[in-house]
Amino acid sequence: MTVESTAARKPRRSTKRVSAAKEPQNSEPQLVQLLTPEGERVEHPEYEIDLTPDELRGLYRDMVLTRRFDAEATSLQRQGELGLWASLLGQEAAQIGSGRALRDDDYVFPTYREHGVAWCRGVDPTNLLGMFRGVNHGGWDPSTNNFHLYTIVIGSQTLHATGYAMGVAKDGADSAVIAYFGDGASSQGDVAESFTFSAVYNAPVVFFCQNNQWAISEPTEKQTRVPLYQRAQGFGFPGVRVDGNDVLACLAVTRSALERARRGEGPTLVEAFTYRMGAHTTSDDPTKYRADEERQAWEAKDPILRLRTYLENAGHADEAFFTSLDEESETLGKRVREAVRAMPDPDHLAIFENVYADGHALVDEERAQFLAYQASFAEEGN
Amino acid sequence: MAVQKLPLAKALNESLRKALDTDPKVLIMGEDVGKLGGVFRVTDGLQKDFGEDRVIDTPLAESGIVGTAIGLALRGYRPVVEIQFDGFVFPAYDQIVTQLAKMHARALGKIKMPVVIRIPYGGGIGAVEHHSESPEALFAHVAGLKVVSPSNSSDAYWMLQQAIQSDDPVIFFEPKRRYWDKGEVDVEAIPGPLHKARIDRSGSDITLAAYGPMVKVCVEAAAAAAEEGKSVEVLDLRSMSPIDFDTIQKSVEKTGRLVVVHEAPVFYGSGAEIAARITERCFYHLEAPVLRVGGYHAPYPPARLEEEYLPGLDRVLDAVDRSLAY
Repeated sequence: MTVESTAARKPRRSTKRVSAAKEPQNSEPQLVQLLTPEGERVEHPEYEIDLTPDELRGLYRDMVLTRRFDAEATSLQRQGELGLWASLLGQEAAQIGSGRALRDDDYVFPTYREHGVAWCRGVDPTNLLGMFRGVNHGGWDPSTNNFHLYTIVIGSQTLHATGYAMGVAKDGADSAVIAYFGDGASSQGDVAESFTFSAVYNAPVVFFCQNNQWAISEPTEKQTRVPLYQRAQGFGFPGVRVDGNDVLACLAVTRSALERARRGEGPTLVEAFTYRMGAHTTSDDPTKYRADEERQAWEAKDPILRLRTYLENAGHADEAFFTSLDEESETLGKRVREAVRAMPDPDHLAIFENVYADGHALVDEERAQFLAYQASFAEEGN
Repeated sequence: MAVQKLPLAKALNESLRKALDTDPKVLIMGEDVGKLGGVFRVTDGLQKDFGEDRVIDTPLAESGIVGTAIGLALRGYRPVVEIQFDGFVFPAYDQIVTQLAKMHARALGKIKMPVVIRIPYGGGIGAVEHHSESPEALFAHVAGLKVVSPSNSSDAYWMLQQAIQSDDPVIFFEPKRRYWDKGEVDVEAIPGPLHKARIDRSGSDITLAAYGPMVKVCVEAAAAAAEEGKSVEVLDLRSMSPIDFDTIQKSVEKTGRLVVVHEAPVFYGSGAEIAARITERCFYHLEAPVLRVGGYHAPYPPARLEEEYLPGLDRVLDAVDRSLAY
């Protein structure tokens, strides 16, 4: 689906977003919202969006299928098919909204949880699972979908995005770059340095921070004393906080920031205020560090539920649509499950492949030793 | 005139100029590389001639310099970044090790990382803390990186060209106390391979293996030893990753003795790697254990002590004597 050509934007004064007023970092002031948790469509003075019913159903479909994929991957991890999984449960709106704001020629630098953004880019979801199964460290060609490899060291990719955006500007292209990171990564020096570089070089990059409230077991209070979107002010570009569980607002705000970048007006920081409903990864246990009540409160703001309510109330989707989508979800789950189980272990010699582009004498020597060692078993008849 | 006599720093400057001229995708980035021309003037005049878009003064943030260079390489550029001094590379170490070195492998070869990181390194110029270190082993240990160091003007000129043309990330260590040493550069020569060692001086009694700033010291030691009737072969390794073990092996099979000399601390240093591998390869040819001469397991000392810390002529000759005594 495409939602490229719809919403008209109003020009806005970016400085309005970056009030220096003191406020607790985790309250929700100045949250751009277009769809309330109750599924009511509301207006925002600076961001508006006008989607056709077909486009709205498209966003809903994206979120449902992404959640289904995520649930399947979580199950596969529990069944021992994946070594680890980083679930996006709860962050579907932030990812689908921002992901659908992108043009094909834009370039995405994800962290390791952007399964919904990958979906929007047309990356086959099974490609994302290789690294979690342990058969590669990424493996896809980033240039095919303009979707860079997942980056595990948090915040590193914000600099890659900035450099790439500097290159886009040098090339005179009008595409934009988006860097995803989390509230935990906002503490990293690399993120601060990427803010500095992007501001100094006026790079066409959007920093999309999914503040999901928890960096493994550390709450946002351990990362910052000011609301994250306000950081941008100190670097000289606008910051905006959007309801990260509102797919329409995420789409509108990201589209606006991307177009600002395209116009040569430099970076924007978008803080999507959202919630990770599950664990950081399948390795941690959120019951040890956060209260059930908190999750329950956020469940009431579920991004998928609120769009469904809106679609139903507005008469944009009928039962047949939801039934058909359920079937599509199950088909996707089955496809993912089968693809993972069929995923072959890499050839042993893959250890020595692609270490260098131009080759390296030591790698050649060790590959030969490895082969000789393996061959010695054959000679012994083992 | 194809052959010019140039100081090593000027040879690097000419090399960068040629790279910028030849390939529009080559960029120079770093702190003070523009108007100032770098603190050692290696990039002198380049911004004036190629513009601020090609020769880019950066914020003072090393991780940012390397991290954005990675992004530019992903966009198809060939950044050559300058780290102002050896001891300043560590804020960028994460980007170099966790990102730059692994990107090609993580993408199963589908993307390339033609990034050169120039680092003036080593002591002997009376500098303050963090301005005299030799961290080459820390980079050579990392798969995915290549590590080289020229010792003379000709190599400075040609090896930098080759590093820029390489599709792999290359850490290019420049021996800062040799920046002002003059040497002949034939700009029309056909250079040898980037990672091949060079026999600087032939000999038959013992082999000295060095690179970068210590080659000159070893050549002087060989000359002094010759006066005592000892025939010393000197190898300029030129590359620390990969290391041209074949050339070292051939030399040691001839001389039966090897001393490895570098400024970096001996402990876990490149000398240890060379000693281990040459012992494996040449066990029956060796007349003495492979000896190492280098820095101590201590922070690089204040300038008034660096003469004690750095391997000089006497320490190299002492090692030669110890080896020959076996």
